[in-house]
Amino acid sequence: MASRAPTLAADLSLRGRPAARSLWSEAFRRFRRHRLAAFGAVVLVFMVAAVLVGPFVYRVPIDEIDFKAKLQGPSWAHPLGTDDLGQDLLARILYGGRISLAVGIAAMLIAVTIGVSVGAAAGHFGGTTDHTLMRLTDLFLSLPQLPLLLLIVYLFRDALKKVLGPEAGIFIMIVVVIGGLRWMPVARLVRAQFLSLREKEFVEAARSLGAPALRQVARHILPNALGPVIVAGTIDVAAAIIAESSLSFLGLGFPPDIPTWGRILFDAKDNLDFAPHWAVFPGTAIFLTVLSINYIGDGLRDALDPRKVLGQ
Amino acid sequence: MMDEAEAIRALARDVKAGRTSRRRFVQTMVGLGLTAPMAAQMLTAAGVAAQPKPAVFAPTRRGGGGHLKTLWWQAPTLLNPHFATGTKDADAARIFYEPLAGFDPDGNLTPILAAEAPSVGAGTLAKDLTWVTWRLKKNVTWHDGKPFTADDVVFTYEFVADPATAAVTSGAYREISRIEKVDSHTVKLTFTKPQPFWSDAFCGNRGMIIPKHQFDAYRGARSREAPANLKPVGTGPFKCSDFKPGDIVKGEIHAAYHVANRPFFDTMEMKGGGDATSAARAVLQTGEYDYAWNMQVEDDILRRLEQGGKGRVNIWPTGNPEHIQCNFSDPWTEVEGERSHPKSTHPFLSDLAVRQALNLLVDRAAVQEQIYGRQGQTSANFLNAPSRYFSKNTRWEFNVDKANAVLDAAGWKRGADGVRAKDGKRLKMLYQSSINAPRQKNQQIVKQAAARAGIELELKSVVASVFFSSDAANPDTYAHFSADLQMYNTTMTAPDAQYFMNQFCSWEAASKANKYQGRNATRWRNEEYDRAYQAADSEVDPVKRAALFIKMNDLVIQHVVVIPVLWRNGVSASALKLAGMDLNGWDSTFWHLPYWYRA
Repeated sequence: MASRAPTLAADLSLRGRPAARSLWSEAFRRFRRHRLAAFGAVVLVFMVAAVLVGPFVYRVPIDEIDFKAKLQGPSWAHPLGTDDLGQDLLARILYGGRISLAVGIAAMLIAVTIGVSVGAAAGHFGGTTDHTLMRLTDLFLSLPQLPLLLLIVYLFRDALKKVLGPEAGIFIMIVVVIGGLRWMPVARLVRAQFLSLREKEFVEAARSLGAPALRQVARHILPNALGPVIVAGTIDVAAAIIAESSLSFLGLGFPPDIPTWGRILFDAKDNLDFAPHWAVFPGTAIFLTVLSINYIGDGLRDALDPRKVLGQ
Repeated sequence: MMDEAEAIRALARDVKAGRTSRRRFVQTMVGLGLTAPMAAQMLTAAGVAAQPKPAVFAPTRRGGGGHLKTLWWQAPTLLNPHFATGTKDADAARIFYEPLAGFDPDGNLTPILAAEAPSVGAGTLAKDLTWVTWRLKKNVTWHDGKPFTADDVVFTYEFVADPATAAVTSGAYREISRIEKVDSHTVKLTFTKPQPFWSDAFCGNRGMIIPKHQFDAYRGARSREAPANLKPVGTGPFKCSDFKPGDIVKGEIHAAYHVANRPFFDTMEMKGGGDATSAARAVLQTGEYDYAWNMQVEDDILRRLEQGGKGRVNIWPTGNPEHIQCNFSDPWTEVEGERSHPKSTHPFLSDLAVRQALNLLVDRAAVQEQIYGRQGQTSANFLNAPSRYFSKNTRWEFNVDKANAVLDAAGWKRGADGVRAKDGKRLKMLYQSSINAPRQKNQQIVKQAAARAGIELELKSVVASVFFSSDAANPDTYAHFSADLQMYNTTMTAPDAQYFMNQFCSWEAASKANKYQGRNATRWRNEEYDRAYQAADSEVDPVKRAALFIKMNDLVIQHVVVIPVLWRNGVSASALKLAGMDLNGWDSTFWHLPYWYRA
């Protein structure tokens, strides 16, 4: 209790400037105190650093075929073992991680951006806007996703490949397609939050002080509605990594020789009983990524919820 | 060559006259470097009837074998044999329907609904192969109790040959000019010209007889509405008791089946769906099923599963080549609104040197040893079977240095990025195949070797149901060939190469105009090949005809129209005790179903 007194005093002092700690620095302080979230952040940073820097340090080629070394377990020559063409798994996991992580995070950002915009507009303005946007959301929710994906991919794959080259073109297409079909739950969550928050006293206060709609939404309502959005977003990262692998499986994603994590897992599944290392390492990588992002989301939600009192 | 041919003919005449034994003839032929099935075919062609093999298992009563569970990882969708799209439908229909004769593992004709195989000696086959008379087995009844007669055979022809029916099997009946019912159990077919493969019609998978009394009201355009398409009434060993399209077919014993004391099993099912590896596990590892079809699984995995001791892997030779095709048209430019238009020319695959280099970059030995194992042999030929058509004039080799030398000599220079180019054209190719683990590995092996010779390959894999579909609107099918190279396996469905080899004829070039039904996906055109094909089509002398097919194969190989990767074997899995299947590459898995038994 004692430690809260100075903050309170600072908040109450009328020195013209707002409190020294902004919403975000306060959130960061609270985030650090969430142990699992801090652990998740460390793991995620490690993973990102590994896939970014790893291929420059560990210079074994990802596609060197060596039948003499096929399906070997971990050894000094191949720290994570080899697949059935004798290709080095560590090199493939590092390389594929770039794509999997980039797809996951980019698709999540797209889903969250669209979802928050639609949800905020619907929740804040209500009336016809709300109706139109929510029916649009329902429409998207009721679309059969796989056939739609197939259609989009057939229509735009070749055009995008021509403009941006095979890898960048497919990357953008996959990210947009996955993100573009996952924003609906976020939009519903945000709208529900807005409906309750916009009637709260602090928003009414802002409104009576003459804050324009955009400021009310951005400064007052949205920060309070972010908790569930962040949780939904972290789940989306995992879903996007897995969605990418199912697209690749259908032959619609990256070319078959690009070792995304989902792809390595798929290739490994038939050999699970006698070469488990092949599936275990990429599986662990996906597991750790998803888990750490979930913890981070958990921590962020606590940190960003101004009503939540953290225990000492 | 001619002397040898004459000597063989003389020997065949001796067998026919009884001066030499059949076995002796076959042994002599094997001594000459030919194989047994080839010799048997030569005898059939010379008018010597094949000897039916005695069945090993001789039950004394019908039924009593319990339930037979089979697993197809593609599910049948309809049960009319003449509308069968793919092996799964034809196999499912074969449980209930039968042809006049089937093909045994040596490619010999084995009578089923026929009383005997037609032969020149018995006066039922014309010497110049322009007509054939089929004598039908008597006392055969349909599942609904009606008798099977010559009317059903004539009707089947009328049904299939009607263009409005759009039967997929119509090709086998195209050369029939007249069909006559001689008496209630005799039918005579007259052909438009000498028909070296006269047993195409009414035999094997394309020859199943359908009942007139069920289909008479559903001819031509109405044929797809026939209730019997989903509730078959045939002459086969099992009656249809349940059919869920896309899922399962169930059969129960046909108590009046025309072979005494057969079948052995009381009921059977053919379950569809899943994937090849799961199917292999269900038979080899868990023993849930008795039989699983088409094990497209790496041999290492099959070997490990087999160690479980519940089942075994069956392997038999086929005529199916796994091969890489070169696109002779341009997949990257639209001509008359169409990619890979037969009129266009590929920017660099039209250069023989590039194709020769590719031919040197496929490590067939590694593919065979490391991926397919027992499931195939390396081969330099596209046409590998029956053995009388196997060319000995071709060689293959894997040699990266030589490929580099060929490309250097042809003026393809390496650029800064290591990829060769000439006149502003880079050797970057899109290499597609269907999704199938062994094929993706094969793609990677070829890609790595190609990179060493300065050829950049981009890989693409298409889900099999799309890649092999006949959808004229989908650019990802093999017939559209919207890529530079593609790999798949062409099934040789009959012990005769005529239909199989038409996939290089210029008039078969796939295009929008023929709704991509043309069988020539490479769009290669060669007059010499066309002439040889037409000559073989009406060549009555089997030896000369074999020489023509060998020439066709050699033309395809010399021009590197395709790069044969592997001569595939048929592979399936069965429970240890299941026997009598007589599996082979010339007929349906179920061709011998009445004789299947559990030891």
